[in-house]
Order: sequence, then structure tokens, then C-alpha cells
Amino acid sequence: MADLQDIQVIDPGVDESIKKLTPERIERTINRVLTEESAARLQIYLDTCVHCGLCAEACQSYISRDGDPDYAPVAKVKDTLWEMVKRKGKVDGEFLHNAARIAFIDCGACRRCSAYCPFGIDISYLIMTVRRILNLLGVVPQYLQDTTNSHAVTMNQMWVQQDDWIDTLMWQEEDAQAELAGTRIPLDKEGAEIMYSIIGPEPKILAQLIANMAIIFKVAGADWTMPSTDGWDNSNMAMYSGDFETMGRVERLHWERAMQLKVKRVVMGECGHAYRGAVYDGPRWLGWTKPPIPMVHAVEYYYELLKSGRIKIARKIEEPVTVQDPCNIVRGRGLHHKLRYVINEICEDFHDMEPRYEHNYCCQAGGGLINCGPPWKLSRMKSNRIKADQIRETGAHTVITPCHNCHSGIEDIIGHYKLGCHVSFISELLVKTIEMPNAGEEA
Amino acid sequence: MYEFVRGPLVWIAFIGFFGGLLYRFITMARLARKDKVVYATFDAKYGLRSLLHWVIPFAGVNMRMRPIYTLLSYAFHICVLVTPLFLMGHAVLWQESWGIRWWSLPEGIADIMTLVVVFACIFFIIRRLVRPEVRNVSYPSDFLLALLVMAPFVTGFVAHQQWLPYKPMIIIHGLSGALWLLLIPWTRLVHMMWFPFTRAYMGSEFGSVRHSKDW
Repeated sequence: MADLQDIQVIDPGVDESIKKLTPERIERTINRVLTEESAARLQIYLDTCVHCGLCAEACQSYISRDGDPDYAPVAKVKDTLWEMVKRKGKVDGEFLHNAARIAFIDCGACRRCSAYCPFGIDISYLIMTVRRILNLLGVVPQYLQDTTNSHAVTMNQMWVQQDDWIDTLMWQEEDAQAELAGTRIPLDKEGAEIMYSIIGPEPKILAQLIANMAIIFKVAGADWTMPSTDGWDNSNMAMYSGDFETMGRVERLHWERAMQLKVKRVVMGECGHAYRGAVYDGPRWLGWTKPPIPMVHAVEYYYELLKSGRIKIARKIEEPVTVQDPCNIVRGRGLHHKLRYVINEICEDFHDMEPRYEHNYCCQAGGGLINCGPPWKLSRMKSNRIKADQIRETGAHTVITPCHNCHSGIEDIIGHYKLGCHVSFISELLVKTIEMPNAGEEA
Repeated sequence: MYEFVRGPLVWIAFIGFFGGLLYRFITMARLARKDKVVYATFDAKYGLRSLLHWVIPFAGVNMRMRPIYTLLSYAFHICVLVTPLFLMGHAVLWQESWGIRWWSLPEGIADIMTLVVVFACIFFIIRRLVRPEVRNVSYPSDFLLALLVMAPFVTGFVAHQQWLPYKPMIIIHGLSGALWLLLIPWTRLVHMMWFPFTRAYMGSEFGSVRHSKDW
């Protein structure tokens, strides 16, 4: 039985929108997505699932809620998509209210269950299909819809205006120069080797991360640039709210900006879903098999710099650390070994979580979950007690989270379960530990 | 009735079975063209890599997490496929009807394999009833499908042991076997055909796009 408190959550984006729907529109929309927008994958997954329940143990929400059957991945599909198919789209408002909770809050689209289903059914794809239907019905949690609206209007996730963007970069350049003289944030440098792209929340609430990266680039002697105008944001919440049209616009602009700058590759900050959007969902929607320019995640880039000796560690972090493997760069890119190389270079005392690598539990924040906002926070916490246990067992003081959603999600878990540790991006540790050239010489 | 079961019904069952699978395969292959990512993503190397890890017992994490289920499931699937093909009684029919001769299972082993299928089906049904996460997603059709798979094995075994009158029993055996074959393409039993494709597709995504493992 799904959690009563969760069922009772009122989210205007969901409940007010449902009130405006007619049964005809619901039916038409569902059937349109099921027959016109979907094809072989949906059909074969519906055909093949034998209702065996072997995916249950894959899901952190099922485990964290003591094996409540309603939180097994297959149950989430049963209570949404199977019913829509069975009833041929004739579902009511109450059904949609529950479907929205299940598709937007209970599943982070982390794709762990695909490695547990014997048939390799892409359960996350099925849940994304439900989100797509709900999006076309306008039934999307209000906070998540707000970020999508921001993408549609400003081409970034956090309503950052053009003057704010430039101002923030200049401010961060000055801050970085206070740490390391001569540090620059080169804007629109055509033909640079690297375009560095980041997600909307960085200029909005975590601006120091931009300065950190500028310092790292400076120490490494990198030839890099950032766009001065729209296209700098590689994040994509529209991908998770089911607004694939907006998702496509965001991704196209990001890649167009990189092409205009004639860079050889795009290095992106420590974010997971942005990686997924840029190399996976975005290109697919746009009809490309892969991005036009190689995309390098920060973890890969740090690995490259450390391995080649372009940056060196002067003094390692001594306190015990652990790491949260972000789904989109581990299950989604296989960066787990490089990630550990980087951490072991920076930190003395690394304790791994168990299970780890591709089998690590989701943070229950990515996949758009944390973007659904405060009404749903308690539900997220209940759905990830197992993560709290995992972190506690490592005895770490710092949880390294090379992904923005993991970062915020783990921070919430640490607070809720009173774990007494804190979270950190790799760049924050790097600027504390790398060998900086003598400031006097540089100036 | 016996003549019908022994003659035309066999033809109906085989034509229905292979024809049904072929039809489903062709329509799915067409549908896959509409799903633009499918063919573009398929990758032989990574598809086979994943498939291999999911046909070798205990090669995947989930299989190691539940050893009894894994053993039973493998035993069931091997027996359910091998027994009908290589049963001595069936081999005789192949030879009588079409002159095809092939190797057949020793009687004792065939009996054991039949019982494995029956007990595995009973286990699956009980598991559906007692495990909350499975009961929650079980429809009446799931139980009927398990009974349908079991039926030809139970009736064949009873007929062979001659616990009940042979002729009526073998007629029921033939009918249930034919029904089973005819329904495979149109029920969830079709997973026998789709398994390699769904697994290989997920393996391709995990391998070539995501550079990681899916087992």
C-alpha cells in the first residue's frame, strides 16, 4: 500500500491541472502517446514482462520502505502504464493524481532496474512515457514545471537573465583571481580547445563552483572558453518533465553554441542529468546518433589532468570520504573507475559504499525528483533510508558527489537522518589540494 | 477424436505457432523502424555480451541474490524446451509421420524433467501467492498461463504412467499441448521469442552508449 502521507500531498501543478481536464482529452492524449509517439519499445516491453517481480530489489524506494510492493518498479508500471493501456485511456482524475506521484516522485529514472530485469526491460523508459503523457495533459508538479518554463523562456533552468549571467562570470573571475592571480574566464573565444558548460543552478546559487573550475583550468594551462549568451546551460529539466519539445530546443542551442565557438570538445561541470541530456536524450530527440562534438564530463577531465600530471596534488585530504556514484555518469557512462582514481589522488582515506559502481543505489533526487520541490521532500527521504544506511556504514565525514542532483539529494538525506557529515563536489576538494603556481610569478 | 488430435491438430498447432511467431516478428520489426532509436542503437558485440551474461546461470548480480529461484528457473526453462522436443514418445511420432529420426531422451530422465517442469510451475504459482511484490502484479491470466504451461506435462506424464485411461488422457494432452503452442505468440509466453532482442537491445544501450554493464 503506497504511503498515505504521499498520496495526500497536494501539488497545484498536479491537482489544479487535473480539475481542468475532460475525460475526452485524457483519453485522446493517452492514446496519442501510446500509438503515435511510441512504437516497438513500448510494445515489446508490454508484451514481454511476465510479472515476475525480480526487479523489486533493484529499487532503493522498495528497499527503503521495507519491501512495500507498491514501490517495486514493476508495480509503478502496473499502476500507471498498464492501467492506461488496459482501460484504453479512460482514466479519471484520481488515477492521474496517483500516476503523477508515481512517475514524478517515486521513480528517479536511474535505470538500475534494467540491470535486474532478466529481459532488460527499460522500466525507466516506461515511466518516462507516463511522464510524457502527464506533461501533455499539463499534469506536472509545480516546481518541476517552473524549471521547464524557465528553460522554455530563458534557455536556462533558473531564470538567469543575460546581464546576471555576465555579471556572475565577472564576479567569479575576480574571486578566482583572489585565489590565483591571472585567472581568467575567457568568453566567446572562437577556436578554443574547450567550451566549458555548466548548469543553471551554478550561477544562481553555487557560483563559487565557476571560480573553482577557472582556477583548475588556469593551473592546467587549458585553452578554454564559456559562451557569453544562451546555450551556456547544459541542464535539462524539460527532459524529466516530459516536455521533449523544450528539451530538444535546449540541447540544440547548447550544441549550436559549441559549434559556433568552433571548440574541439565540450567539458561540462559536475552534473549527471546534464550529461544524459547532452549525449543521450537530447541527440535522440533531435535525430542524431551522437553529439556533434565530444562531451567530456568533469570527472573524466579531472582524471585526464591528474593522470597526465597537468595538475598535481600538493596535500591530500586526510578525513574519511566516500562517494555517491551518480547514475547518469556511472550506469550512464561507466566513469566509476576514473572517479575512484581521482578521489584516491585527492584523498588519503577513501571508503567505498556497498553496493557500488553500476549497482549503486540512486540518490532519489535526480531524474527531476528534487526539482518537484518541498511538497515531496518527506517522500524522497522515506524512499531512501537505504542510502542513509550506506553512508553511515562508510564512516565518512565527506560524501563526494560529482553530480548536482546527488549533491542536493545526499545533503537532504544527511540532514534528515542526522548523519553528521557533509557533501562536496570534487572541484571544491581540488582547489584545496592542488599545487598552485606561485602567485607572485604568475602575476 | 484421437485421430484429429494425432493428425490435423498437430498441423494446426505447428502452423499456428510458427505462423504466429513470424507474424509477430515481422510486425515488430516494422514497428521498430518507427521507433527511430532501435536499429541505430543495436550493437552486435554489446548485445551478445549482455545476452551471454543473462543465459549463463549466476553471471548476473540479481541471479546471485536469489540462488534457489535462479536454479529452479534455469531447470524449468531447460526442461520445458528440451523435454517435448526429445521425448521418446514424440520421437516415435516424428518418425512415423515424417520419417524424421533424431536422438531421444532416456525414459527415466524424461520423467524427471517432466516433473521438474510441473514442480517449477507449482513453485511459480505459490511464489505468486506468497511474495507480496509478485502477488501485487499478478493477474488471473498469470496463474492461467502457469497452468497452461503445466497442462501438457501433467497430462502427458499421467498418460505415460497409465494412472488414468490412456486414450482420453492422451487426447487431453494433445489438446493442451496444441493450445499452449497456439497461445505462445499472443500471450506473455512470447517472451521466449523476445528475450534475446530486449536483452540485446538493453546490452547495446549499456555497452555502446553508456559504457557500462547491465548484469
